[in-house]
Amino acid sequence: MFIPHTDADRESMLAAIGKKDLNELFDVVPEKYRFPKLNLQPGLTEPEVTFLLDEISSANLSLDHTACFTGAGAYHHYIPAAIDNLISRGDFYTAYTPYQPEISQGTLQAVYEYQSLMARLTGMEAANASHYDGATACAEAGVLAYHQYHGKRKKILVSAGLHPHYLLTLKTYLQDFDGMQIECPKATSLDEISPEKLEEKIDMDTALVLVQYPDFFGQIQDFSELAKAVHEKGALLCVCINPIALGLLKTPGEMGADIVVGEGQPLGIPLSYGGPYLGIFTTRKELIRKVSGRIVGETVDNRGQRAYVLTLTAREQHIRREKATSNICSNQSLNALTAAIYLSLLGRDGLRAVAKLCYDKAHYAAKEISKIHGYRILNQRPFFHEFVVSCPQPPSDINQHLLDHGMIGGYDLSEEYPMLGNAMLIAVTEMINKEDIDDLCEMLKEGEHHGRH
Amino acid sequence: MDATEKTIFELSATGRKGFRFPSPDVPSSDLPESLQRKDLPLPELSEVDVVRHYTRLSRLNYSLDNGMYPLGSCTMKYNPKICEKAARISAFANLHPLQPIESVQGAVLILYEMQIILQEISGFPACSLTPAAGAQGEFGGVKMIAASLRDRGETQRKIMLIPDSAHGTNPASSVMSGFECLAVRTDERGNIDLNDLTSKCNERLAGIMITNPNTLGLFDENIVEVIRIVHQAGGLVYGDGANMNALLGIVKPAELGFDVMHFNLHKTFATPHGGGGPGAGAICCTEQLKAYLPGPIADILEEATEEVPPLYGYRMPEKSIGMLRSFWGHFGIIVRAYCYCMMLGAEGLRRVAEYATLNANYLMEALKQDYPLPYDRTCMHEFVLDVKWPDAPGIRALDVAKRLMDYKFHPPTNYFPLIIHEALMIEPTETESKETLDDFIKAMKTIAREARENPELLHQAPTETPFGRMDEVKAARDLKIAE
Amino acid sequence: MNIHPNYFYSKNDEWVSVEGNKATIGISDYAQDSLSDIVFVEISVSVGDSLAAEDNIGTIESVKAASDIYTPVAGTVSEINNKVVDSPELLNRDPFGEAWLIKLSSDTGFDTSHLMDADAYRKYCEDRG
Repeated sequence: MFIPHTDADRESMLAAIGKKDLNELFDVVPEKYRFPKLNLQPGLTEPEVTFLLDEISSANLSLDHTACFTGAGAYHHYIPAAIDNLISRGDFYTAYTPYQPEISQGTLQAVYEYQSLMARLTGMEAANASHYDGATACAEAGVLAYHQYHGKRKKILVSAGLHPHYLLTLKTYLQDFDGMQIECPKATSLDEISPEKLEEKIDMDTALVLVQYPDFFGQIQDFSELAKAVHEKGALLCVCINPIALGLLKTPGEMGADIVVGEGQPLGIPLSYGGPYLGIFTTRKELIRKVSGRIVGETVDNRGQRAYVLTLTAREQHIRREKATSNICSNQSLNALTAAIYLSLLGRDGLRAVAKLCYDKAHYAAKEISKIHGYRILNQRPFFHEFVVSCPQPPSDINQHLLDHGMIGGYDLSEEYPMLGNAMLIAVTEMINKEDIDDLCEMLKEGEHHGRH
Repeated sequence: MDATEKTIFELSATGRKGFRFPSPDVPSSDLPESLQRKDLPLPELSEVDVVRHYTRLSRLNYSLDNGMYPLGSCTMKYNPKICEKAARISAFANLHPLQPIESVQGAVLILYEMQIILQEISGFPACSLTPAAGAQGEFGGVKMIAASLRDRGETQRKIMLIPDSAHGTNPASSVMSGFECLAVRTDERGNIDLNDLTSKCNERLAGIMITNPNTLGLFDENIVEVIRIVHQAGGLVYGDGANMNALLGIVKPAELGFDVMHFNLHKTFATPHGGGGPGAGAICCTEQLKAYLPGPIADILEEATEEVPPLYGYRMPEKSIGMLRSFWGHFGIIVRAYCYCMMLGAEGLRRVAEYATLNANYLMEALKQDYPLPYDRTCMHEFVLDVKWPDAPGIRALDVAKRLMDYKFHPPTNYFPLIIHEALMIEPTETESKETLDDFIKAMKTIAREARENPELLHQAPTETPFGRMDEVKAARDLKIAE
Repeated sequence: MNIHPNYFYSKNDEWVSVEGNKATIGISDYAQDSLSDIVFVEISVSVGDSLAAEDNIGTIESVKAASDIYTPVAGTVSEINNKVVDSPELLNRDPFGEAWLIKLSSDTGFDTSHLMDADAYRKYCEDRG
């Protein structure tokens, strides 16, 4: 389909290499296994595949005209038009990894600017060129902590407020690796998810303490005291953040974090049914050599021009091989570029504005929902744009009712977190209007009447 | 003329406004002051500033839409534009991963169908699309081997054999799964040395990681025997599918005996490289290993009836090694790969392998007169040259690579595989025309001549590009990675 | 290529110089040349640490490679060369002198029997090419 060769091309090339036909190129493959039949549909032309994809996509309900109150690690935010316009430039998206800096300054400078923005956003000193997503960024923080103590400290202490997928990913990476143990103290209520509870469990075998900010249930807590307790025992503190929240909230850097990770999807990256996303990873400058992944640094070229290169590459797998601290090869370059463009467009005032819109709308929603008979907000502490609602019926029933009316409700917590009862996690972003919130409340009242029959 | 572009921080001006949001339609709520951040040091730019800045930056990049990247091991083939359009369809791009399953049936269908396609191409009965990249695919596959050995009570099997030509992610992934790496020699024909292999197969053997064709671009003439030897010793065979472009429709790796294999969607399946990512990986495996696949995996929860289509959903394999990342995988990338596969069909996929291999052999035949060719036999989709000219001893692979940029080509992969000291690994892919290949051959022959007649041209190269060679020592010593 | 005549050498290109119950350890000229421009030195042991022969004492990183460093002899760490940690380029300039890495002390002396002397090391380097 995308192969330009004419029959004449093929014949003259075969002649040049002394082969009579294409099949002869594969004589080395054992005959028994050569040229299997692939049981696949015949190829489609562009118009045919367009039709096919239209058909398939029509079975999906996009958020274009649907209010969505689910967050839980992925958030529906407005994506400025300039972003897709810029990242659709072939010079950006069809470019390779910038291993030849002389012809890759576009990518390199954009990533350097991304690193700078992430450091500033999180209040830290150093950043890498990104990991795959928030979950793998948490896992890489665990890997860093393992190497920091040369494998001598075996415990990673994780808050019950960490996104469940992130905890699972961390376990996949590190549970039982060279004796590493991941400990996540259980909580029976939102209140029990606190830094004080974690402090009790830190000891001299702890390599890393990992908390989320705001946490999976939306709660905001100050980790300054926790940081002191962690450092007293010689361990590292990692805070997993939401980047929009940092438009308003005190930074983990200010609190004393050693590593800050997070999911960068809210920064202009489409929801895309779960990926590809963006793993933010920033640290204090002392830890930079232990950081895995690509890093762009500033330098000059042989003509005296300021320029950028991939640096500290000796840490990476292609040089250190089995001694590399991680096997990671790629970063999420195009998504890092997206995040940088998003933050450049919004700027200081824009990020503050979108954060405040999310905050205000979420608090309005919480207030209105709590007025409805049978519904109760479980969050006692300050929250950012997500909160937990205790419902009078199973959330799955409520969400079915909402879906029937063209609305996507909150994330059903009742299966994974049964101690919270019939609870759902509601997120409100700037994409939700007051009318949407009022409609939601109407339907919750309606549904409550239905449930009683 | 200075090609430098200012940074967004240098372009910033206090008070400049870019994007504006609507005014709030709800009352304001207070955030406790102790939780507020004091300052937010982000730049202030107008939309024009931002668009011009990034447009100018983009012009400093070479890209595939610009010209060929003959990068061995990367499969830099053309990125079809219809695939970009597919990924941007609103009912794919604007879907929340946690929406009710009934509202995303079209999305889960694509994941399920892509799993089927990869299974058919590879010959394996099971597939997971959760890896975020090739390296994650590898990590997952190796962990599956570790989990399987643990279940068999064979934890004394700690050695993972890795050919000396292997990609660095192979040993790195092995170590991350708790294995010790032991190198296996490549012989003079570019095959795994069977004697060396046999001597290293014992009761401590966990398995071997094989790339076939290998990083020299050569199909192992003894591949079936290699796999048999490892299996006989009780080990498992991992396949690094980075070079799958040569095998589409030519051979099914599962039939050769591989136990588990990863694929790179951003290589073989034409999804764009994006300047370094995002890519996507896939892991396929045998019946015996499928319980260990990372999940969740797309599946049919309820079969179709006459009236209703099947209900698609997810399941976690019973002994899954766990989640490799959040949610379901790089759906946005998988949509592109799916679109690509549907356009190619069985015939189109086989043509890919045929023409990728034809192109590589055509280049190899033309260039071996001018550049030392360590392994002179029919290659697959790539081949390696060794820049060692006795009459131009001061010239290294690096110099040839840099000079190619003056001829408007991205250099091939250099200094890999490690077993060739001045390696240039060349993979044209099937989407390059004979004209482009002839231009490349001409440039390479000219550079070979320049190396003897005017070596300074190579040492100083590139001179025709916006930027010249970089001071990498300064970058590492005076480390500055954020503004 | 320089080789200090009175030092002993390991297969990993470390040298050790012994004076009574004190030993000094560094990397050879061959090592710094193979690494090329050195950008970072990390000494992972502290004063007072008791080391066995072949224990890891740190890492040296250049633009294109990273190398682990091991002590060729056993002893107790008595000094660490902070100058070389602050200025890694010293290793390229003066690997046998100013750019020593650590000093060890040992009441029972040092066992250098398993190490190469200058001539043996010269041959070892020549054979490697």
